[in-house]
Amino acid sequence: MTARELTALLPLIGIAATSIVLMAAVAVRRNRTWSLTITLAGLAASFGLLFAARTVGPVQVTPLLLIDGPALFFIALLIAAAVVVVVLAADYLARRGTQIEELLLLLLFATLGGGVLAASTHLASLFLGLEVLSVSLYAMVGYLRNDGLSLEAGVKYLVLAAVSSAFLLFGMALIFAETGRLELAALAGLAVPAGGLHGLTLAGVALLMVGVGFKLALAPFHMWTADVYQGAPAPVTAFVATVSKAAVVAVLLRMLAVTGEPGRQLVLLLALLAGASILVGNLLALRQDNLKRLLAYSSVAHLGYLMIAVVAGGPLGAEAAAFYLAGYLPTTLIAFGVIAVLSPADRDLDRLSDLRGLGRERPLLAGLLTVALVSLAGIPLTAGFVGKLLVVRAGLGAGQWALALILVLGSVLSIFYYLRPIVAMYMQPAEDGAAALPPAPMAAGAVLVALLAVVLWLGVWPQPVLEIVRETVGRL
Amino acid sequence: MTLVLLILVPLVGGVAAWLGERSRAGGGRRVSLASTLVELVLVLALWVRHWGEAALGAGGPWLEVYQRAWIPELGVGVILAVDGLSLLMVVLTAFIGVMAVLVSWDEIDDRVGPYYACLLWVLAGITGVFLALDLFLFYVFWEVMLVPMYFLIGIWGHGNRIYAAVKFFIYTLVGGLLMLVSIIALALAHASATGTLTFSYVELLGTPMTSSAAMWIMLGFFVAFAVKLPAVPIHNWLPDAHTEAPTAGSLILAALLLKTGAYGLIRFVVPLFPDASAALAPWALWLGALGIGYGAILAFAQTDLKRLVAYTSVSHMGFVLLGVYSWNALSLQGTVMQMICHGISTGSLFMIVGMLYRRIHTRDVTEMGGLWRAAPRLAGVAMVFAMASLGLPGTGNFIGEFLVIFGVFPVDAAVTVIALLGIVAATVYSLRIIQTAFHGAAPTDWRIADLDPREIVMMAPMVIVIVWLGLWPGTVIATFAPALEGLLHLVPSLVIGGF
Repeated sequence: MTARELTALLPLIGIAATSIVLMAAVAVRRNRTWSLTITLAGLAASFGLLFAARTVGPVQVTPLLLIDGPALFFIALLIAAAVVVVVLAADYLARRGTQIEELLLLLLFATLGGGVLAASTHLASLFLGLEVLSVSLYAMVGYLRNDGLSLEAGVKYLVLAAVSSAFLLFGMALIFAETGRLELAALAGLAVPAGGLHGLTLAGVALLMVGVGFKLALAPFHMWTADVYQGAPAPVTAFVATVSKAAVVAVLLRMLAVTGEPGRQLVLLLALLAGASILVGNLLALRQDNLKRLLAYSSVAHLGYLMIAVVAGGPLGAEAAAFYLAGYLPTTLIAFGVIAVLSPADRDLDRLSDLRGLGRERPLLAGLLTVALVSLAGIPLTAGFVGKLLVVRAGLGAGQWALALILVLGSVLSIFYYLRPIVAMYMQPAEDGAAALPPAPMAAGAVLVALLAVVLWLGVWPQPVLEIVRETVGRL
Repeated sequence: MTLVLLILVPLVGGVAAWLGERSRAGGGRRVSLASTLVELVLVLALWVRHWGEAALGAGGPWLEVYQRAWIPELGVGVILAVDGLSLLMVVLTAFIGVMAVLVSWDEIDDRVGPYYACLLWVLAGITGVFLALDLFLFYVFWEVMLVPMYFLIGIWGHGNRIYAAVKFFIYTLVGGLLMLVSIIALALAHASATGTLTFSYVELLGTPMTSSAAMWIMLGFFVAFAVKLPAVPIHNWLPDAHTEAPTAGSLILAALLLKTGAYGLIRFVVPLFPDASAALAPWALWLGALGIGYGAILAFAQTDLKRLVAYTSVSHMGFVLLGVYSWNALSLQGTVMQMICHGISTGSLFMIVGMLYRRIHTRDVTEMGGLWRAAPRLAGVAMVFAMASLGLPGTGNFIGEFLVIFGVFPVDAAVTVIALLGIVAATVYSLRIIQTAFHGAAPTDWRIADLDPREIVMMAPMVIVIVWLGLWPGTVIATFAPALEGLLHLVPSLVIGGF
């Protein structure tokens, strides 16, 4: 391995090294402050190493990984989101009286897996990355082992994610049987003159998409999402909703870009998934009285919007998808972060009725959640709006009129449920006998305010990030 | 730079009002009054500065332009501009803004700081809508005025406020999102024809499109503006929103928000899509006539005074559809006149209902009666605006409706007849307000205060303006007529084949 390749891999090596150092430190002596410091410092260092990796340009490291602009962009998103989750989890787990060290380890593994996914150009590295990510998530979702909901969610996630991995593996096997290769690029140039794929390859690619659909919780593969979102501890839910989704989107974008024309033939399939997700997600979210479940179904819808950009394809589509994620991640982190910060010691504060009167009692947190919901709804001056605009532009540019109109319909439906928490917070008085809210921790509060600044900045002045996205992801 | 200030003053004023209220009770309303007054002075100065130019139409259609890049990646710029039309709309906005603060003075005692912040931000959004000449920016302001208005209705409104607020939000958002898709489609059509992606209104004028594409894109815009206007089948949000909103909310809704719809039709729909608009014109005329009649009949059937006034808005705004889709000099002048006068007169009626409600704690006309003796000054003012609402000569409303009718007649005589019947109906419901509320037997011995000095300060300018508009309409017509001529130059006629 050359120095250039090593430099390119440095960010991933940084995350891996952090997890080893943390493991060693915990083996010597458990200390919450030390563990947190190691984790945060390691993640920050890995983030810094991204810039070193950027200087060496696109590098194919073994046939497995390609460290290029898009990979670095998505790894940057993943690491940033992981840092936020660490800060949220620190306070949340302390209140729950649970040790944090194992969660930090799992989180580092999961982030590493996500990073590998974002850089993978080979079905083997794709599967490895996905499993490292998923296996860590099983344990993270079920982390509160005295909490029935959390355990149930962990088992559900384990079973369904394992099934989806099986689909994925079988798809890979079919592709291998037909082509004898495992690189993503092997899918290119397989188009037969009639314009279709070989039967086996087609089946293989379709099974791959089923696996991806499960991980992204696209309808009709969304069944696990509400239970897992609700059961998992709020910071972990934030992680599932952001890091695991972003990593899979990254690899999906690369798959479609690398495979070229045959990938484009999946457009119809993906368009159906997108339309179904938007409608199903928004309709199911309408009936939820639990904020975490509501956000779960809303995430189904949002991944549907994102798929419009993926379907549109080309540099515009990829850029739209990347920017959408860059806006969606901080927004979602704020929403789950507010839940995490507000949750008392015995359960998550996630019922809509819990939010009543919050506008008076906690104006700052209520304001944060309001901006997050407004951004999710796609109102101008927030990141969500610019993201939606780019998606619509990509979609219309590719002639996907029907999907654009479904997006409009979905956004209208979504207003009903995004307004409900806002109504509860500002327009309904607090319930009598509602438990006193825990004091808001400084660190988590500061991180949430920083995320708010990011959401508004992306909404008001998106130009710099648009340029970064074009420079990196546009070169996919 | 003045144009940027016009948006910044209420925007910053809102923040200052919030902070002012936190530092001292009563600080919020003072800061708000100060910033709305500053806004009014700025706007009037702008008007005076361009008085001659506006009257002569010299120096092109735009009196003042502010332009800079915003998101070059997407071809989006900050383009603000005024011509006579938008200038008058901004004057109206600033004027009503002062009234909205005054009318809230004693009415709001809960969460005062946020209230004034929302109020001023709505005003900032509306001002932005009237000034923006970049479609992306326009859409941003369009939604920016929606969110604080939602809070105004939902937090500080009456009984069924949450329902009304959500309904208002959803209706407007449906229209808005369709418009967003249309805006993007229009920009993409322009990009594919010329190779540059831009959202600038001036550059998008005359974008070549197939007629079916133009039709669909135009409909997206039309629905957004027709919801705000409101045109009849999609007017349903209005009675609820107006009725449940606090007085200042109803005032801003009636006087300003509805005008953004009318302004959008004049500024964007017809000039951007002349052929598609011509195809739509016969239908739009009938929608307008339907609105005039339907609104009037429903207004007559109401017993809640606020709801009654709300339905009269539906009726009066029907004239706007008639005027715009007749698209000739007379009808357009009448339309703009109607927009301004309806803003003043219906806004005043909502203020009067608000004052009555504070005194007798009901809005039900059947529980009123004989109020003239108890509060003669209040009743007198109500009389003036009831007369304005029915289009009495001497008030601006008469000029507006009269000009529209003159303009529509050569285009469609049948529709004109219906519109005239609508004016007759307006007489009936306007007189009914006066008759049932202020005359007749008093159900109880009213012991209520008449107008206090603050209320007189508030209502006197409204009366003066509406009479001034009726007696010397030339002053405002001279300001907006050149702008309308410019638009007529772009699109000479909507009658297919001409007449």
